[in-house]
Amino acid sequence: MSQIDIQSSIQKTILKQQKAEDRRKLVLNGILLMLLLLAPFVIYPVFLMKILCFALFAAAFNLLFGFTGLLSFGHAAFLATGGYTTGYLLSNYSGLTTEMGIIAGTLMATVLGLGFALLSIRRQGIYFAMVTLALAQLVFFFFVQSSFTGGEDGLHGVPRGELFGLINLEDNLNMYYFVLAVFLACYLLIQRIVSSPYGHVLKAIKQNEPRAVSLGYKVDRYKVLAFVISAALAGLAGSMKSVVFQLASLNDAHWHMSGEVILMTLVGGMGTLLGPVLGATLVVNIEYQLGQGPLRDWVDPILGAIFVITVLAFRSGIVGEVQKFVRKNIG
Amino acid sequence: MTIMKKLLTSAVASAMMVGGAQAEISNNTVKIGYLADMSGTYRDLAGPNGLSALEMAVADFGGTVKGAKIEIVTADDRNSPDVASSTVRRWLENDNVDMVAGLVASSVTIAATKVIEENNKLGLVNGSAASSITNEHCTPNHIHYTYDTYPLSVGTPTAIVKEGGKSWYILTADYAFGHSLESDVTRMVESNGGEIVDSIRHPFPTPDFSSFILQAQASGADVVALANAGADTTNAITTASEFGLTQSGQTLAALLLFLTDVHALGAETAQGIQLTTGWYWDKDKEARAWSDRFMKETGVRPTMVHAGIYSSTIQYLNAIEATGSDDSQTVRKQMMDTPINDMFTKNGRIREDGRMVHDMYLAQVKTPEESNSEWDLYKILRTIPADEAFRPLSDSKCKLVSSN
Repeated sequence: MSQIDIQSSIQKTILKQQKAEDRRKLVLNGILLMLLLLAPFVIYPVFLMKILCFALFAAAFNLLFGFTGLLSFGHAAFLATGGYTTGYLLSNYSGLTTEMGIIAGTLMATVLGLGFALLSIRRQGIYFAMVTLALAQLVFFFFVQSSFTGGEDGLHGVPRGELFGLINLEDNLNMYYFVLAVFLACYLLIQRIVSSPYGHVLKAIKQNEPRAVSLGYKVDRYKVLAFVISAALAGLAGSMKSVVFQLASLNDAHWHMSGEVILMTLVGGMGTLLGPVLGATLVVNIEYQLGQGPLRDWVDPILGAIFVITVLAFRSGIVGEVQKFVRKNIG
Repeated sequence: MTIMKKLLTSAVASAMMVGGAQAEISNNTVKIGYLADMSGTYRDLAGPNGLSALEMAVADFGGTVKGAKIEIVTADDRNSPDVASSTVRRWLENDNVDMVAGLVASSVTIAATKVIEENNKLGLVNGSAASSITNEHCTPNHIHYTYDTYPLSVGTPTAIVKEGGKSWYILTADYAFGHSLESDVTRMVESNGGEIVDSIRHPFPTPDFSSFILQAQASGADVVALANAGADTTNAITTASEFGLTQSGQTLAALLLFLTDVHALGAETAQGIQLTTGWYWDKDKEARAWSDRFMKETGVRPTMVHAGIYSSTIQYLNAIEATGSDDSQTVRKQMMDTPINDMFTKNGRIREDGRMVHDMYLAQVKTPEESNSEWDLYKILRTIPADEAFRPLSDSKCKLVSSN
């Protein structure tokens, strides 16, 4: 057999493998989509919406942390900014339709994200995390002090209103499918970003920043853009959350929330697409289910233990470990 | 326009519900949801022991009312309005919960009562402090039972000024709660002829109060008032005690302090502090008898919140017994029509804005020499009559008050 033949046969097997993987992914995604569409008939819709909002938040965070390698410890600021902006606008201007409020919240978070990024992007590692944390604390105190947020009482009674002035969102099912649609759109957007040439540059920056610089990429610009997209999506998650729950509260701005999203991403599997979604589902479920049961005094220690175990034993999170297993054994 | 539409639909819906549900108990069970902070900052003042108080009330009814079983479900709100809102929504919409008890952090309470109003069920608020709960956030679907910030900021300053504490120094937590306490206190002190020497704001939360306490001492004011809550208050008290603030002749007034906080601080540290409370376990024979029972169950003496949870649940179940219905408006009306006379208070009554008005007490923490036992911590200096204690309806911004 000539060399060309060998090469082409290798290429064929790679192609075949890729096709098989694509098919697997397609089937998996199809099943997941069906489950998501049918879920509100079995599981309480508000609870599902909460999971979706946090899943989007975690996915947004993962875009920055998992794919670009920037650990932001201030993402709560974007979640809260989105939530408060949307909540305030919808409760004070009754002419606004719900989607306008959500878009406004997202834009506000985007602008804030740009500000954060410009101030923090030159630092790396722990310094970057600390700068974002400090900025997020500034935002937190701004929300504590401002009168429009209701301080520690929170902003309550946000009307869900009507989507495009047509669809009544007071109905939980309508609201669910709206949130699901937004979530899926964002998920596809993240998927697209990650697999685009831009996404590959991000991954290159994560793996070896000096090399990316030496190849001629303006690394800072790439990072700023990633940060801004991530902030925008986090803001969108916050905006939707404030519409779903009809409230925005200081919890969203607190640094605990920035920590929780790291937990969600790490447990689910950072740098994977499904990981943060699964992580968010798990964390929200643990908080809820344990909060009801006899272990309710132990929610925080249990979450802490899970975090420690994940970091020590399953670095790549649940989805990451499953992917490794599948690659090794099923190929 | 939309507001009118909303009001109309909710009025029609509640009218239909009242009509339909009269004189019967839905599903032949009375289901009570207990929502409180079970693991965080407010665990001690309500928490698991509040659940015990609720269970004691249910046990007193033998677990049934009018032949219907009484069930309790519980959840930890983790002090998060999101968790509270989704939990309560699920309870009311899916699990047929009739009444929500507990309700501690103000943000949690306001979020929960909005959901309760939407579903036309009933909420009995015991843990929260914010007086806005029966003011701008009032609903026809909840009752605020134990206390609120109004008597706290009215009772203590009025009494102290009358006893000669004329010049005041206020230490304020720098957020909405602290600001509103500060302005209430300032108003009360000045209207009683005292003066505010100075005030200082500390960030929320603050672990180290030394510089603030030193400034307060240096001000030479008769009274140092703490317009903060929780860990901030206990930290400030500890620091004040280390610097010998009360021993040097200044009065320390804490505006929001629970028995469990004082117990944790100990009489040595907390001695001499004046505070306002809605109830004290040693205030009379009935209260003592009940708190002995409570102590047998839990091993600690009850706070005013624990007592409020027990008392309000008894009132609630009594109202169901009397009307034979668990419909929220029928029960609320019955509760409003019945004066409250039990271990919690005498001649308490529930106003149209949902505020239960009752006598409050000005207390002072005993010195270690005066204290006979671990929990013998307060001496009651004065009873603040119900009419003076709570915000008068004429000042109310509540939509349910007829004059509005």
